[in-house]
Amino acid sequence: MFQVMNEEGEIVNKDALPDLTDEDLQELMKRMVYTRIWDQRAVSLNRQGRLGFYAPVAGQEASMLGSQYALEQEDWIVPGYRDVPQIVWHGLPLYQAFLFSRGHFHGGQIPEELNVLSPQIIIGAQIVQTAGVALGLKKKEKNSVAITYTGDGGASQGDFYEGMNFAGSFKAPAIFVVQNNQFAISVPADAQTSAKTIAQKGVAAGIPGVQVDGMDVLAVYAATKEARERALDGGGPTLLETLCYRYGPHTMAGDDPTRYRTSDLDDEWEKRDPLVRLRKYLESKDLWSEEQENEVVDTAKEEIKAAIKEADDTPKQKVSDLIENMHEVLPPHLKDQLEEYREKESK
Amino acid sequence: MAQMTMIQAITDAMRTELKNDENVLVFGEDVGQYGGVFRATEGLQKEFGEDRVFDTPLAESGISGLSIGLSLTGFRPVMEIQFFGFVFETMDGISGQMSRLRYRSGGHYNAPITVRSPFGGGVKTPELHADSLEGLMAQSPGLRVVIPSSPYDAKGLLISSIRNNDPVIFLEHMKLYRSFREEVPEEEYTVDLDKAEVKREGKDVSIITYGAMVHTSLKAAEELAEDGIEAEVVDLRTISPLDMETVLESVKKTNRAIVVQEAQKQAGIASNVVAEINEHAILHLEAPVLRVTAPDTVFPFAAAEDIWLPDHTNVTEKAKEVVHF
Repeated sequence: MFQVMNEEGEIVNKDALPDLTDEDLQELMKRMVYTRIWDQRAVSLNRQGRLGFYAPVAGQEASMLGSQYALEQEDWIVPGYRDVPQIVWHGLPLYQAFLFSRGHFHGGQIPEELNVLSPQIIIGAQIVQTAGVALGLKKKEKNSVAITYTGDGGASQGDFYEGMNFAGSFKAPAIFVVQNNQFAISVPADAQTSAKTIAQKGVAAGIPGVQVDGMDVLAVYAATKEARERALDGGGPTLLETLCYRYGPHTMAGDDPTRYRTSDLDDEWEKRDPLVRLRKYLESKDLWSEEQENEVVDTAKEEIKAAIKEADDTPKQKVSDLIENMHEVLPPHLKDQLEEYREKESK
Repeated sequence: MAQMTMIQAITDAMRTELKNDENVLVFGEDVGQYGGVFRATEGLQKEFGEDRVFDTPLAESGISGLSIGLSLTGFRPVMEIQFFGFVFETMDGISGQMSRLRYRSGGHYNAPITVRSPFGGGVKTPELHADSLEGLMAQSPGLRVVIPSSPYDAKGLLISSIRNNDPVIFLEHMKLYRSFREEVPEEEYTVDLDKAEVKREGKDVSIITYGAMVHTSLKAAEELAEDGIEAEVVDLRTISPLDMETVLESVKKTNRAIVVQEAQKQAGIASNVVAEINEHAILHLEAPVLRVTAPDTVFPFAAAEDIWLPDHTNVTEKAKEVVHF
């Protein structure tokens, strides 16, 4: 397992220490704290019925944000359903992420020039699509890559293998991240496969596979950065397995992790909390204080409140909107139905 | 003008669009140097290069994922599924993904993808090559499904499909690939999507059909004429969406109709046509609208095709049944 920083925030692999400025390190810490608060607020807003579908992310901040931080703005992100933080930090307005959660089409209306897709619900579909995006970037001679994410369960899907294999065959600039948070809903990772690691599944596609400490933001950043450089140098795709943990339930739709996880296991992973680790490291370098952290927490809470307000203020969906978004040139039956619903809506 | 088979017309359409638009890419299993298992892409890689016309690994889901990703980066993919019986491997890519891309992004992204694929019985293919699965596609909102029955239509409809900015499933009946030649303009032209065509005019009964059954129905119409029954044959061409304007115009004229498809009775799109006629022209009908279809079994073992596939006598019998109702 590739690790740069241990649980005490000590650098254990100096050679691999990524070239990040003090400001970068502080920014990473800010984003992780912000995302933890956002996760707490999202769980609570979901319980109040003010958000819909939500897949908790606490525990995976290093894996999600460290990898996104290694990207450039032109890079494409093809996220899974849990990977909302990556596309928000890449540029999707927070209120649109909330609209995605509630089920409003405006949540999927990606701003111009932002290279992200909406979170993918079909586990594995994002992997084959990423091979296509990466091949497209290669053909257009862009200096950018496509990154995608799935979980440990997702690595059992056919599309997971096909996507890696296609990208490998076309030497396409893709990064496949498997966030191994140990459980696919209730099924533990060792029930998915007899393979000792998921990273070794890269062998089947003939591409490099790297297992990374997914609770170590510096390791995730460094591994992603290296994969990106290899891709842009024509070295093809990389598979990254980040070993991490979700502290919360699988989703907010009635999952109860106490039915399949022990508190001992929870405790063990809480010791590896990516925020605690980076905080210790930054404090040792005199780069972080309680005051700074509180400021981030306050900002996060304010911005989340404003984003929920903006989501509330978004006009309600009409059937006519849904019809209009189906095709560029509406077929005759949809023209008829559009007229029918417009008439109903005007009453 | 040139005399072309349907397969030549299809190749010609792809050549035209590869020339017209540098974003058009043609890919699939064996479509490159080999020129396709039916020679549909013959010569295209040589003419346009490996960057534009290329082979893929053998994985249908990967191919449709590739198409979606390529369209997100500005390309116009023309992907091939070697035989449409293999569509099950990529139902998600087609019905779960590309059909929904425009909608799920509120119009921000689109998938200008053409999925070409051969299908159809009568040539004694092995298992799962010939199945008529267009009904599955017709039930997916966001897709257009096009099935040409002649070389002229095939070229014009394929050019229109490639130029369409939303996904089109373009199904090519294997029996029609080389069964006859027709005058096809060498220059570019289009045939409108979403439009049926009356292939034979008549006043006594409408035969609404598509694919190879167009020719079966035209043959039946000749036989019916000998008995003094003038059948009007409507070729749907696009089977989803249905061009009900043309269908209803015909039915209102003849007051009788049958729908003919090669697919099983529980499959295909015949029941959609019947339902639409019932909703919009019931007062014009002198008889119920009946269907000619295959039986509701799995597609037959090759040696049983002749007793299973609908033929022109099935059509004449059914037409007479509604005429004499």
